[in-house]
Amino acid sequence: MLAFVVNRLLQAVGVMLVVALVAFVISNYIGDPINNMVGQDATHEDRARMRTELGLDDPAPVQFGRFIAEGLRGNFGISYQLKRPVSTLIAERLPATLELVLVAAVIALAGGVVGGVYTGLRRNAMSSRAIMTVSLVGVSLPTFVIGILLIYGFAVLPKSCVEGMHLFGRMLLTCAEVGAIALPSFGRGDTVELGSWTSGLLTADGWRHLVLPGITLSLFNLTLILRLVRSEMLEVLRTDYIKFARARGLSNRAVNFGHALKNTLVPVITVAGIQIGSLIAFSTITETVFQWPGMGLLFIQSVQFADVPIMTAYLVMAALIFVIINFTVDVLYAAIDPRLRSDRAGTARA
Amino acid sequence: MTFETRRLILAGGAALALALAAPIASAPAEAQGKTFRWANDGDVNSMDPYSRNETFLLAFLQNIYEPLARRDKNLKLEPALAVKWGQTSPTTWFFDLRQGVKFHDGTPLTADDVVFSLNRANGKGSNMLGYFATVKAIRKVSDFRVEVDTNVPDPLLASKWAQIFIMSKAWAEKNKAETVGDLTKNEENFATRNAMGTGPFKLKSREPDVKTVLEPNKDWWDKKVEHNLTEVVFSRIANAATRVAALRSGEIDMVYTVPPQDTDTLAKDPNTKILQGPETRVVYLGFDVFRDELLYSSVKGKNPFKDKRVREAIYRSIDVDAIKRTVMRGQSFPTALMVAPGINGYTKELDKRPALLKPEQAKKMLADAGYPQGFEVTLDCPTDRYVNDEKICQAIVGMLARIGVKINLRAQTRLKYFAQILLPKADMSFYMLGWSPAATYDVHDVFINLIQTSNAATKKGQFNPGRYSNPKFDELADKIQVETDTAKRNAMIAEATKIYTGDFGYIPLHQQAVIWAARKNVDLVQTADNSFQIRWVKIK
Repeated sequence: MLAFVVNRLLQAVGVMLVVALVAFVISNYIGDPINNMVGQDATHEDRARMRTELGLDDPAPVQFGRFIAEGLRGNFGISYQLKRPVSTLIAERLPATLELVLVAAVIALAGGVVGGVYTGLRRNAMSSRAIMTVSLVGVSLPTFVIGILLIYGFAVLPKSCVEGMHLFGRMLLTCAEVGAIALPSFGRGDTVELGSWTSGLLTADGWRHLVLPGITLSLFNLTLILRLVRSEMLEVLRTDYIKFARARGLSNRAVNFGHALKNTLVPVITVAGIQIGSLIAFSTITETVFQWPGMGLLFIQSVQFADVPIMTAYLVMAALIFVIINFTVDVLYAAIDPRLRSDRAGTARA
Repeated sequence: MTFETRRLILAGGAALALALAAPIASAPAEAQGKTFRWANDGDVNSMDPYSRNETFLLAFLQNIYEPLARRDKNLKLEPALAVKWGQTSPTTWFFDLRQGVKFHDGTPLTADDVVFSLNRANGKGSNMLGYFATVKAIRKVSDFRVEVDTNVPDPLLASKWAQIFIMSKAWAEKNKAETVGDLTKNEENFATRNAMGTGPFKLKSREPDVKTVLEPNKDWWDKKVEHNLTEVVFSRIANAATRVAALRSGEIDMVYTVPPQDTDTLAKDPNTKILQGPETRVVYLGFDVFRDELLYSSVKGKNPFKDKRVREAIYRSIDVDAIKRTVMRGQSFPTALMVAPGINGYTKELDKRPALLKPEQAKKMLADAGYPQGFEVTLDCPTDRYVNDEKICQAIVGMLARIGVKINLRAQTRLKYFAQILLPKADMSFYMLGWSPAATYDVHDVFINLIQTSNAATKKGQFNPGRYSNPKFDELADKIQVETDTAKRNAMIAEATKIYTGDFGYIPLHQQAVIWAARKNVDLVQTADNSFQIRWVKIK
């Protein structure tokens, strides 16, 4: 087992080094950050001096060596644009992204499992077909379109209400009532500071701000899990042991949830684990649409500015998250599935 | 149940009821206070007024900090922290400070703060060094008088320094912010997220990139307070659609950068309005008239742009009104000059473009110059710097094709564009640039940077990558720089203007429009320099 872990650990280090190299190379070719950092009438000398001060004139291998050495100490330099240490900036932004991802993951898991079981059990009902059709939209519409549609429907429309308008079908609501259900379209709302962590989960305003971005970010994964659970359910329900369980006279409830659902969950957990990594790394678009002050937004803004220190730090960090998740999954599999530990078994026999 | 426990439960219940009712009770109270919420696509990157020489940053910080002389609604100078200023000799300026001005922490403003601030802005890490090019020495004469010696006569010093804001010396020293934040050190400068000025608003809280909150300075020296606000909340909303949605839903009261495609929607919405006017920036095209052979052209062995007839044929074949109608959707102000209205030295009588040529007339002009078949040349354009920059260039490609000049368009992001086309590389033949004389609000800024002969030693013509050069123009520009007599100066400006327009040295296209959007109940003042001042905001 130890040899296995060491082996995987070495692979992880290799992957990280390659990612660091790629991040470094990309940032070197994205453009000249100096022009953005100085005013339009900065002189050539000013520009040249700044370039020298930042070490942009050194040969690429020297710059890369410095980047790795400093990176290992957790020092990714100082943002060109915001003039603050990158590590501080990322630490400030991390809570916003993680809370958003948490909410999105809960929505996706709960919605996906419930919807999947429902459509799996009643696969011919009209309601199931409707859910499946709508879920197709969830998979195929790009995230930013969903985000903008939600903003328009839940933030703009309720506020552009004209008195006496039948906004929601036959329910006649006054504009004040409609306005009251309007949701905020941007930002994180009121947050509470818990040490170095800022949380929006402890205020009503924070929750209101979480609704739209949470749904937007979860939608793709919700439909993914829903479809997965449904097909797994259909599969499992056809197996012999379910038939035997029914023959034994067990209640529908016991068969469906005690036996069928339990056996569908193994692949769901695998997929969900991997998807959480991608939620963290790719919440960028949702964060941009909702001006959610997380790491993804920081990254996008630094790309537009060629703010190299932030870009490289973010790419390295995203890679680190994936490497850690994959490493954990690998080790867990090995712990669960003895076949993956053949090397240890071999030594034990010898 | 004892009496005591019952009382406890009752008290608890009452407290709970109060807690639940509190948000409802506080809502109307909040509505009475005038909170002004606004947004921009970019954040104010620093609270340090010398960290970047950038319109938005300086405009925002002018709510907190103040200059010696500030600009009024028509961009004219008026007294702020200095009540009087002028020149005691051609190379000496004086500033008499206003007495009784207090910083936000209550400490009084004196000449020490002014001298400290000017030196800080002229010191290490500052991005405002350009404003101090002529300065030799800055000295305190008394507690309320500062004098400045210049190397050469500099009639524009007070005007330039309307962009230099005064900080508290004691505050900066206490917080180790005596110099501007240094990018090479891995630490944050205190002044990056904190501020101590004398302006109409105080910095209440700041979360970079998220929210910056200001509150009115009740002890402001200017008793003519024009705003009626109790709080100002500035948010960054980078996504254009979200920014517009937030304005339409009333979550914010004003948007500083309006996406051009949304101006119609916002103008039609009964709850919002659009404000627009010409910006001080002029977008223009320039030629490489320096090299003996163009870098990117079908013409070998000579440079067609050295011939005035070629420049004129191209100039007079570009229909700026058509660009305004189609590409700019009416949001541009065509011009014949390199400076915009509102800038000192703009001469209205000369702002007339020569009539458009018919294609055959232009072709004849090219034939006379030795290009009967026309020629091929590459036009460089940014894709993300000016409004519709790439589309303007595409329109020009079509217009010039009609006279036989085949344009190859090379459009690229500003991150790469400027490094390529600007000096020292000047790796182009035909380029687009925009310029606003934001340092001085004077035409001389345009002359010295864009039109004078390029010379690294004298720092003239630094942004003249086409290297247009006319000795007569240079001579006039040098005289204009030091002439303190307004009438003489204006006469020379008019003469110099006639020279560069007569030479067809550049093709001024237009000023793009400054476009802001606001809720209907908000009154604000739009100035041509796109500098948004919250002290003029009123919420009805």
